[in-house]
Amino acid sequence: MSQSSKWLFTFFVVLFAIKLSAQTRVSGIVKDNHGRTIKGVTISIKGSYDGGASDSAGKFSFKCYDKGLQTIVAKSIGYKAIQQPIVLSGTPISINFSLHEEINELTAVTVTAGSFEAGDKKRAATVLNSLDVVTVGGANGDITNALKTLPGAQQVGEQEGLFVRGGTGYETKQFIDGTMVANPYGASVPDIASRGRFSPFLFKGTVFSTGGYSAQYGQALSSAVILETIDLPESSQATASVSSVFVGAGLQELAKNKKSSWGINYGYTNLALYFALVPQGPTYFHLPEFHSLDANFRIKTKGGIIKYYTTFGASNIGIRRPNIDSSLLNNAYGIINYNWYNNLSWREYLGKGWKMNLGGSFSINTDKINVQIQNQLNQRAYTNISYIDSINTAITSHQDLSQVKAVFEKKLSGISVIRFGGEYWYGTVKSMVKDTNHLLIDNFAALFSEADIYLTNDLAAKIGVRGEYSSQVNQFNVAPRLSLAYKTGVHSQMSAVHGQFYQKPENNYLYYGNQNLGYVKATHYLLNYMRTTALQTFRLEAFYKKYDNLIETPPTYQFDNKGSGYAQGVELFWRDKKTIKDLDYWFSYSYLDTKRQFDKYPMQLAPTFAAKHTASLVMKKFFTKINTGFNFTYSYASGRPYYYFRSIGNKYMIGDEGTTKDYNTFGCSVNYLTKIKKSFVVFVASVNNVFNSSNVYGYNYNHNGTFKAEINPPAPRFFFLGAFMSWGVDRRQDAINNNL
Amino acid sequence: MKKVLVIISLLVATVVNAQSKFEDAMTKGLAQMKDAKTASDYTDVSSFFERVADAEKTQWLPYYYAGMSLYLSAWIDKSADKDKIADKCKDFITKGQAIENNADLYCLVQQVAILQLMVDPMSRWQTYGAQAKTALADATKADPNNPRIYYLQGMTTFNTPEAYGGGKTLAKPMFQKSVDLFKTYVPKPFYPNWGKEEAEKMLEQCK
Repeated sequence: MSQSSKWLFTFFVVLFAIKLSAQTRVSGIVKDNHGRTIKGVTISIKGSYDGGASDSAGKFSFKCYDKGLQTIVAKSIGYKAIQQPIVLSGTPISINFSLHEEINELTAVTVTAGSFEAGDKKRAATVLNSLDVVTVGGANGDITNALKTLPGAQQVGEQEGLFVRGGTGYETKQFIDGTMVANPYGASVPDIASRGRFSPFLFKGTVFSTGGYSAQYGQALSSAVILETIDLPESSQATASVSSVFVGAGLQELAKNKKSSWGINYGYTNLALYFALVPQGPTYFHLPEFHSLDANFRIKTKGGIIKYYTTFGASNIGIRRPNIDSSLLNNAYGIINYNWYNNLSWREYLGKGWKMNLGGSFSINTDKINVQIQNQLNQRAYTNISYIDSINTAITSHQDLSQVKAVFEKKLSGISVIRFGGEYWYGTVKSMVKDTNHLLIDNFAALFSEADIYLTNDLAAKIGVRGEYSSQVNQFNVAPRLSLAYKTGVHSQMSAVHGQFYQKPENNYLYYGNQNLGYVKATHYLLNYMRTTALQTFRLEAFYKKYDNLIETPPTYQFDNKGSGYAQGVELFWRDKKTIKDLDYWFSYSYLDTKRQFDKYPMQLAPTFAAKHTASLVMKKFFTKINTGFNFTYSYASGRPYYYFRSIGNKYMIGDEGTTKDYNTFGCSVNYLTKIKKSFVVFVASVNNVFNSSNVYGYNYNHNGTFKAEINPPAPRFFFLGAFMSWGVDRRQDAINNNL
Repeated sequence: MKKVLVIISLLVATVVNAQSKFEDAMTKGLAQMKDAKTASDYTDVSSFFERVADAEKTQWLPYYYAGMSLYLSAWIDKSADKDKIADKCKDFITKGQAIENNADLYCLVQQVAILQLMVDPMSRWQTYGAQAKTALADATKADPNNPRIYYLQGMTTFNTPEAYGGGKTLAKPMFQKSVDLFKTYVPKPFYPNWGKEEAEKMLEQCK
């Protein structure tokens, strides 16, 4: 061997030696802190390529070529990584790891008792988004109608509002970007529910809380509908719509730098044509007519957004129905309404874990109601019979409400958060009833504080307290709220909630001055089990609600706070988008046992707005090939009680009572999506109560309770045909893109 | 003299070894990726690239392939928790982008967004559809000549029905652009080199 070849030999020997050092086999099992095996954990020797990954049984095994003292690392997303020293000597090593879950917003337990949250923050199957609202068959794009398919809500159709768990419509309040909405529904005539004022497309998130909601909200005994408006639109667009009952047009303009936007929409509804084609129960002397104009702007700030939304509505309805005491007379009811709503909000991340939410709203509502007894020639008639003539009324009512609210949030360690803030409302109600003036002024202030504490990824608590003062009621109240949530499995969790809720009595009780009426009160207890995967949700909830200090209105007009009541029940919800491809369905069932003594009720009675059993089945299927979606909704409610109260001396007694027949309705709608020239068009056809079930919401009694008349929907069915066009951004993408 | 030579040869051996170590690993990993068939094959490949990436710290490529093979595993295993996989992919992408922000990593962001969108297209469109769109826009800004951008854009358009602003006609020029760019596209060693055949196949389908 020559000198040089010797060197070459040494060179290769060295190279070989480095390549093939002695191997050490390392193996073991990876588990989490609950002792469950974890797959896909990367195990490696720090600084080298050697390592492996755990299999579905949590096992791993690999060879390493390094020697001596090294560091072994086990890591997987969602867990805290573990590093520990290891001595590699060639002898096989067995090593096990126990990884602790990191507290993570996406996987952590959430307090879900009481609320249905929609939005993709949690990725769990969203319960209801804006598209769901417009595709619930028979809901006609109305948020409230869509929410009625969820457990807890009653199928009440003779008045607007959400009647939740034995509560009245007044006990549910809507909040937009934090502040309460004074008049969320359009003006209505007796026995016919009006629609909500707000389009579902205005909102990106909806929380429907049927109890135990956050200390940030108050003045709602039973339920809160918490709506969050959309941020900047994706691009500019123009819209137009034509339908059997309305026409509308709108414009949404996004600035070139995508930092701000503004928009304006106008809609006009007139039921003249529709009522000419579809006969109605009552006759109308002024066919329902609504104008609505809304405008908005949104400006992106450094770390947040400022949003302003305003809507102005004007409506006029005049309806004539037979007088219940005399077949020769009619009650003519006319209402003219003006409403102006403004909401300004500012959300900002201030840095260092601080977040600020400021909100302000201002609204004005004017109702001019005129009720007349008319003869067959539709002329004003006088009978000299007091119980008939007393129906003649003229009411002018003017309400305004200004609110400001500030909420500050600070992130604590992990994902725990503390939140605090306050709100102030100033409201006046001026009304003139038959030439008598009433004026109510309220200065209302509230302070609240709340903490979301994550003890581990699996155990969280929400502790809050809210204090309120209303000058009108002239009382303070302090309402504690407490929730606990525990994760029982990867997809399942349990939560328990307790909370106290106070609300001012309704204005019509407060008109009768100086009664010293205090807050009405409800105490909620909820227990909830929920299992959610990306495409399925199962939810079971039991509740008990206790009512105290409800308002009683005896014939003496000596109103008091001595009423009471309770509501208890069990609710079930199941939504599934997985089992059948492209079929999305949900089923909800509510069992409700409730009684209350309030208003004219002389004792605790099951209220007229509460059915024992309520169920809904909602189905939606989209056929991509024909660009058509079919939506069906079936709702059932067992019969509701009705009463006639007779006044005897200074008390009411039950004069007559009964239970209505069961309520059934089957609604369906078809959406067809297409493109006509440059505009994207959605055609919608819908019918509610397809099978023409004759539904009875309750009964109206004559003056002495000897005769009763059914309260029915104004027409058994409602048909709708419409075309919604948009230019610019394709809103239909919301519904499509199944195929991407 | 002898001693000096021994030292030099030792040094050279180590350096040669170090240089080829990364290249060897890349070659080995890419071969494994090519042969991978099942979801667990792909997760193994991903884990391998993850180890290489973590050991190297200055190479974005192993992070890219760790993300890409994990992404591919999600499509094979229908029961996989796609959101969880996506989170892991995004973690790799973020680490890769901290080293180098480029069109291929942005393309992977788009692919992962589509993966998450597909879990529930109806309710996720607004969030993940927008993310996917932004990712391709970022990719174009980073390198308008990357042919995979136009292939991915074409796929989205191709799979969107004609009536909704998609379809063959609109997708065709995108695939055409991708195919044209592939003609002159020369990737550096170990750089992403997929999409040429796929784009040609799609272009054929558009005719």
